[in-house]
Amino acid sequence: MAESVIKPPKKQLGPVAWMRMHLFSSWYNTLLTLIVGYLLVTSVGPVLNWLLLDADFKGSDPSDCTGAGACWLFINQRLNFFIYGFYPNELQWRIDVMFALLALSFVPQFIENFPGRKWLGIFGMTGLPVVGYVLIPGGSFGLEAVDSAKWGGLTLTLIIAYIGIIASLPIGILLALGRRSDMPIIRGLCVVFIEVWRAVPLITVLFMASVMLPLFLPEGMNFEKLMRALIGITLWQSAYMAEVIRGGLQAIPRGQYEAADALGLGYWKKTGLIILPQALKMVIPGIVNTFIALFKDTTLVLIIGLFDILGTVQSTITDPAWQNVAVEGYVFVAFCFWVFCFGISRYSQKLERKLDTGHKS
Amino acid sequence: MKKQTIDSRPAGPKPWYDPRIRSIFFQIVTLSIVFWAGWTLIDNTLSNMQSRGISTGFGFLDETAGFGIIMSLVPYDATMSYGRTFWVGLTNTLLVSAMGVVAATILGFILGVARLSSNWLVAKVALVYIEVIRNIPLLLQIFFWYFAVLSNLPSPRQSVEVGNALFLNNRGLYLPEPVAQDGFGLVWGGLVAAIIAVVALRIWAKKRQLATGQIFPTFKVGVAVLLLLPALAYLVAGQPLTWDVPALKGFNFGGGITIIPELAALWIALSLYTASFIAEIVRSGILSVSKGQTEASKALGLPNSLTLRLVVIPQAMRVIIPPLTSQYLNLVKNSSLATAIGYPDLVAVFMGTTLNQTGQAVEVVAITMAVYLTISLLISLFMNIYNRAVAIKER
Amino acid sequence: MNNAKSIAVGAALILGAFTASTASAATTLESVKEKGHLQCGVTSGLPGFSQPDENGNWTGIDVDTCRAVAVAIFGDAKAVQFTPLTAKERLTALQSGEIDILSRNTTWTLTRDASLGLNFTGVNYYDGQGFLINKGIGVDDATQLDGATVCIQAGTTTELNLADYFRAKGMEFKPIVFDTSEQTVQGFASGRCDVLTSDRSQLAALRSKLADPSSAKILPNTISKEPLGPVVRQGDDQWFNIVKWVLFTQINAEELGVTMDNVDDMLKSDNPNIQRLLGTDGDMGAKLGVPADFGYKVVKQVGNYGEMYNRNVGPDTALGLDRGLNALWTDGGIMYAPPVR
Repeated sequence: MAESVIKPPKKQLGPVAWMRMHLFSSWYNTLLTLIVGYLLVTSVGPVLNWLLLDADFKGSDPSDCTGAGACWLFINQRLNFFIYGFYPNELQWRIDVMFALLALSFVPQFIENFPGRKWLGIFGMTGLPVVGYVLIPGGSFGLEAVDSAKWGGLTLTLIIAYIGIIASLPIGILLALGRRSDMPIIRGLCVVFIEVWRAVPLITVLFMASVMLPLFLPEGMNFEKLMRALIGITLWQSAYMAEVIRGGLQAIPRGQYEAADALGLGYWKKTGLIILPQALKMVIPGIVNTFIALFKDTTLVLIIGLFDILGTVQSTITDPAWQNVAVEGYVFVAFCFWVFCFGISRYSQKLERKLDTGHKS
Repeated sequence: MKKQTIDSRPAGPKPWYDPRIRSIFFQIVTLSIVFWAGWTLIDNTLSNMQSRGISTGFGFLDETAGFGIIMSLVPYDATMSYGRTFWVGLTNTLLVSAMGVVAATILGFILGVARLSSNWLVAKVALVYIEVIRNIPLLLQIFFWYFAVLSNLPSPRQSVEVGNALFLNNRGLYLPEPVAQDGFGLVWGGLVAAIIAVVALRIWAKKRQLATGQIFPTFKVGVAVLLLLPALAYLVAGQPLTWDVPALKGFNFGGGITIIPELAALWIALSLYTASFIAEIVRSGILSVSKGQTEASKALGLPNSLTLRLVVIPQAMRVIIPPLTSQYLNLVKNSSLATAIGYPDLVAVFMGTTLNQTGQAVEVVAITMAVYLTISLLISLFMNIYNRAVAIKER
Repeated sequence: MNNAKSIAVGAALILGAFTASTASAATTLESVKEKGHLQCGVTSGLPGFSQPDENGNWTGIDVDTCRAVAVAIFGDAKAVQFTPLTAKERLTALQSGEIDILSRNTTWTLTRDASLGLNFTGVNYYDGQGFLINKGIGVDDATQLDGATVCIQAGTTTELNLADYFRAKGMEFKPIVFDTSEQTVQGFASGRCDVLTSDRSQLAALRSKLADPSSAKILPNTISKEPLGPVVRQGDDQWFNIVKWVLFTQINAEELGVTMDNVDDMLKSDNPNIQRLLGTDGDMGAKLGVPADFGYKVVKQVGNYGEMYNRNVGPDTALGLDRGLNALWTDGGIMYAPPVR
């Protein structure tokens, strides 16, 4: 270097220095900051105005919306429909109970050192589906039956995503084990199954489930539409699940297999007691990520005529009584999904860091 | 002394405890269950179709379709066959997928790099974009672009126009279409000659660099050749190109190239959504290149741009390619959401209207699934070949 | 051993799943009676034909057609459950036995009758395909629609009729195909297309969904015949007859002047036609396999055809459709039912 005398550093603390370092470090950084800053200032203002400042929240009918900003009144008025679908008003407590149990089982998972959170999680995976199976359709224990055609809105979205994950987990484990099996025929069958399902779009699977499944079944055997969609989603999802779990199985050091063999454990004992517990723990973040993907994909059921949350919104924004509420409707649904997905993905990232045992280089 | 041979191995296990025999037994059992289940399924399907009087076979592909399709890359009208509707749908799927892959890759790389920018504002904007877009369902984004944004465009008579050649309205974006006249072949010839020249130049420059160490500015010269040679041919041939400019005829614009709103909405949504995933892939790819590599390259005296081009990017690509492939596959599969807004892709045209008019669900669904399977396998294959080419060669 | 046992259990489960319930070849009437309700396929929402309100209660002329069948069998208009179906899946739903009767403004065509294993039991609405246009484009007749962009619903006969019509007239058109009728309206309202085409009755219903219905008008042209009616599976003649004659009973009731209000008085009528219709004379019900007084109950609970029409789609409703072709043959229409005797 030409200059041998190093000057003492200028002030490196305080907002000015921070801005100099992070925003205006060079001429093109300054230019970038100015351009991006200008774009932000010009776009965020109007959006905020529309979203909050000029928006209408209160009132009782469409004429209370001034049209200057968003008409959140519309969401407010139809919220019941967006959450419960056609589920009868007087029976909605059953869904509320399910929401509460769902929150009780899974929200503590985000809080460290919550007492008994492991057991709550296990209840959420095993007991909750049974409670839901009794409570939501009704028809037993003196509960009034509610036809599945009346389920809708956020409730239906959650039901589909939740069942899709719970049911695809065991199938995915079997497929992953099969793909890692020493038996060539079983391995081949699992590979074909996994790759075929992963190659086709969910829409074709849903179409097949809703239009063709009845043709595959013996005469007189029938499932209702929601059940058929769930079968399709579960099979499709289990292929993705299998690949996630396979990743975990592959990450188990060989020594674990050999140690189990040395102890004289049979295949199922080795798998069930040694390999799977370690592998599953390792892939929890992966499973959570698949859940997020599935949760977003549940919106596709509206194409086969089920009323999920997007379906209910889509069907009400054409209501002639309300003018131009499409954007409000879509923003509302987007916000619902975003809160769920962002929250869960943050959780999975945290978990990933926590579970990282340093095997990965 | 008589040598006594003692078999030191213990007697083999009983056949039903022998793992090999067991494994063969289980495989036979599994295989027979699968075959039996498959056979039952097929048998059920056939007998169901027969008892319900549903016709079978692929003969329907030759029947007249009789319905219109708004957009097709291959010539099509309603008098053509159902088989033709398959090609229309397939080419439309491929078109939007290809457009999406290109746009998502460019945007994704820009965002991925911006996410790592030393400029705080740029990095945060990229972060917010990524976290918002990838946590919102794609179908919702498609609806948003189609029903909420594009429907607010003006009607054809109040089109936004640019220079009387480019029109934007709620029926789509209208662009002038170049029409090649006689003698345009010369321009193509010029282009081919330019490509050959650039390839030859590259080989020569490499040889010279190996021999003498001198670096020839291949890139700059190459671009110049690629632009100048066809331009020269164009002038020599007497400018054999006219433009078909769109004009308002009756209700709509006619002539030129039309990008229909369905295609635009699907393309925008697919690109923005996939780009947010690609950005994260690019970011982790760049981060995976250890700092020592950059420092070593700096120590060798390479300038920033060469460090990036010769050291960081080639190593990052190895990490980026596999997950990038699966994003491309996702994009192709997600293009089937076209059916929700009426873009005539394979699922909307073939699995939608054709299936419905013929009633032959099994055949149509089987063909559609086979197409997606083929596309998946092809993309995986190409990416594997590429992956092998860039993989670390250990010596 | 553990291994073998679990495989055996698995195999038995799979076997069980496939062999289960293969032997249930009861007639449709028997299986409906066993279930205790009628399963009826309808649209997912089309005013006047089948539309759920906020509490999931269904109304419409197609819905009433199903209710009448339920009354004939169970004597209870509530003994029916509705399955909303898209146009694409409606025929398979019926073929597979998921629903007992399809009443979803479905057009009667030769192909559907002959090659899809279905039977149309009659016509509850005579319709024809028409065009809905925005008044702003200044068109009075369908022949001026050359080059128009047309919104249309997927999986319907209208898609084919449209192409036929424009081809026959030597005109060009651009079809925008949506999955549901709601999206079609959304597309039309947003100005994506100049024209919306569908059955004329549907056009009236869809027009009522526009923010400003007076901004759109229905062109006078009718480009096709669309006889809409209930559909059942082929191969069960008893069920076919029941559905067919419940509708005929309603049409005959209107012709004989029997209404919801006067049906109790009519029981004392000495007109033999009315006596047979209401089951006070003869054993018409037994011949069909339903209670003898099914005619009385149908008219009492659902009404005659005219009442059903006026309540759902008639001039006093939001749709405001005149009887037109759907008037009785005695009033200049073509509604004509064979006699009950």
